[in-house]
Amino acid sequence: MNVLSQIINGLHIGSIYALVALGYSMVYGIIKLINFAHGEIIMVGAYAVYVMLVLVGTPLWIAVLVSLLFCACMGMLIERVAYRRLRNKNAPRISLLITAIGVSIFLQNLAQTIFSSSGKSFPNVMPQGSIRLGDAEISALTLITLATAAVLMIGLQLLVSKTKMGKAMRAVSEDAGAAKLMGINTNVTITWTFAIGSALASIAALLYSSAYPLVTPYMGSTLGLKAFIAAVLGGIGSVPGAMLGGFLLGIAETLAKGYISSVVADAIVFGILILVLLIRPAGLLGRNVKEKV
Amino acid sequence: MMKKKGKSYLINFALVAVLFVVLQVLISSGVINRYYNGILMLVGINVILAVSLNLATGFLGQLVLGHAGFMAVGAYTAALFTLNSSLPEGLALVVGMVLGGLVAAVFSAVIGIPALRLRGDYIAILTLGFGEIIRVLLNSLEFTGGAKGLNGIPAYTTFPSVFIVAALTVYIIYAFINSRHGRAVIAIREDEIAAESAGIHTTYYKMLAFILSAFFAGVAGALYANYIGVLAPAKFDFNYSVEILLMVVMGGMGSITGSIVAAVVLTFLPELLRGFSDYRMLIYSAILIAIMLFKPTGLLGQQEFSLAGLAKRGKRWFAKRKKGKEGA
Repeated sequence: MNVLSQIINGLHIGSIYALVALGYSMVYGIIKLINFAHGEIIMVGAYAVYVMLVLVGTPLWIAVLVSLLFCACMGMLIERVAYRRLRNKNAPRISLLITAIGVSIFLQNLAQTIFSSSGKSFPNVMPQGSIRLGDAEISALTLITLATAAVLMIGLQLLVSKTKMGKAMRAVSEDAGAAKLMGINTNVTITWTFAIGSALASIAALLYSSAYPLVTPYMGSTLGLKAFIAAVLGGIGSVPGAMLGGFLLGIAETLAKGYISSVVADAIVFGILILVLLIRPAGLLGRNVKEKV
Repeated sequence: MMKKKGKSYLINFALVAVLFVVLQVLISSGVINRYYNGILMLVGINVILAVSLNLATGFLGQLVLGHAGFMAVGAYTAALFTLNSSLPEGLALVVGMVLGGLVAAVFSAVIGIPALRLRGDYIAILTLGFGEIIRVLLNSLEFTGGAKGLNGIPAYTTFPSVFIVAALTVYIIYAFINSRHGRAVIAIREDEIAAESAGIHTTYYKMLAFILSAFFAGVAGALYANYIGVLAPAKFDFNYSVEILLMVVMGGMGSITGSIVAAVVLTFLPELLRGFSDYRMLIYSAILIAIMLFKPTGLLGQQEFSLAGLAKRGKRWFAKRKKGKEGA
């Protein structure tokens, strides 16, 4: 494997990290919560596609649509049941975090109870074949992944910067109290943020499971952790930042895996987080925000 | 004031001593068999873990999701030490515990320095990552025995040693919380900005509490290693960290006595409910969510259960009744 194909592989997994990182980043931007349950949404999405394709036997596009809607509803449900009550009571931040981790473990174990802890093999639904680019070979799956991620991220950037909904999101993340006074329904805006983030996670789930075709109850936790690191690396709360962070992290990880070892690769990813926090806590594209008293 | 405090300390000390003597007599007379003796030692270890996590999560207000990771570091350090040392039994255990605690403290400092300088919840994600990475490393490193782990670790841990260390841990953390340092830590939890403007060096105190918490997790790990005799990385998984967190949350974030009670209950409960072991984490996580939604500070909140407090309350109750009678 030469460097070029390693980098292409890195971009492949990196764009999946980026899609997941967007969900973390948007939620963190708007309610300052590390939504630990976001990783589990990926797992739910992967199982949803699996159930539709293998157990029900629908065509791919229906399976994707169902998984998308299911994940979006799941995200909204989690926000409604687990977070809103605490948010409105102005509970300490740590209570929200503990609820988030609780939801994450709950979903993991629920999936384990329903589908057993042994993995399900994901059907091969993506077109085969590859094209050559110099020394490197790019598979069709890599191209589809990159293209899907790019389209979704451009779409999200447009949504956040051009539409009324996006304006409301930015307003709530800037100052929720003031946004409320300006007539923005903050609860609805937050619910939509969760829905969009979870829908992106369901697409990430499809792309990830196509590359690594084993669906397990625990697949979301490491993927989620890495995606969160990508979000911090790029600058949490920023859409282009999540993209950049995802790509960089994916490339760093594949290079470490290819040239050192896969155990070290995990440690390196983690070391990147420590370095970012030490050197530039706001992330590469993040703004430094002054604390207001 | 001073006198009252001294008296309450004395009562508590006497009670702990009586409890120890009673348990010890029951063990040596065989009323408590080997199986329950083992569980009692686990209870003691879990008490150390829960109370030390409460320092970081309850009193400092930082969510730590890798307490089992710090415990693993301490356990492996102590195991490697006792496997290779020729010191007499008791001394080897003490040195092993101190070493285990210190190594865990060093790891916590490496994680704490980048995360605790900043506001925000980075410590949660860093400790979560640490817990996972340490397991992967223990699985692949040669000197820790890989996935098979270490075995044949000398069984130095006895019931008295667990009991004494647990009591000492509780005392030290209690004394810390009620000292000037502890008040600083609690002030940071209540309002970091206000604490900083009152002249409290927030990073220093956050680090202090976090490192102290990890130190005791390492000590608990050392006791565990020399009790169980075999170590495998799989034991120190994320679920174990969550179990310890649940002890803290059930007992009340900021209540030491609450943590002790919860640690006792949550160690015995799984033994009694073996049939439910498949659903254990499902039930635990549901309880975790429910407690947070309906009582965000945990079941006992920040209240401590104490005999002196009970006596005071009783006196007040009597006084009220007397007054009521006189009035009528």
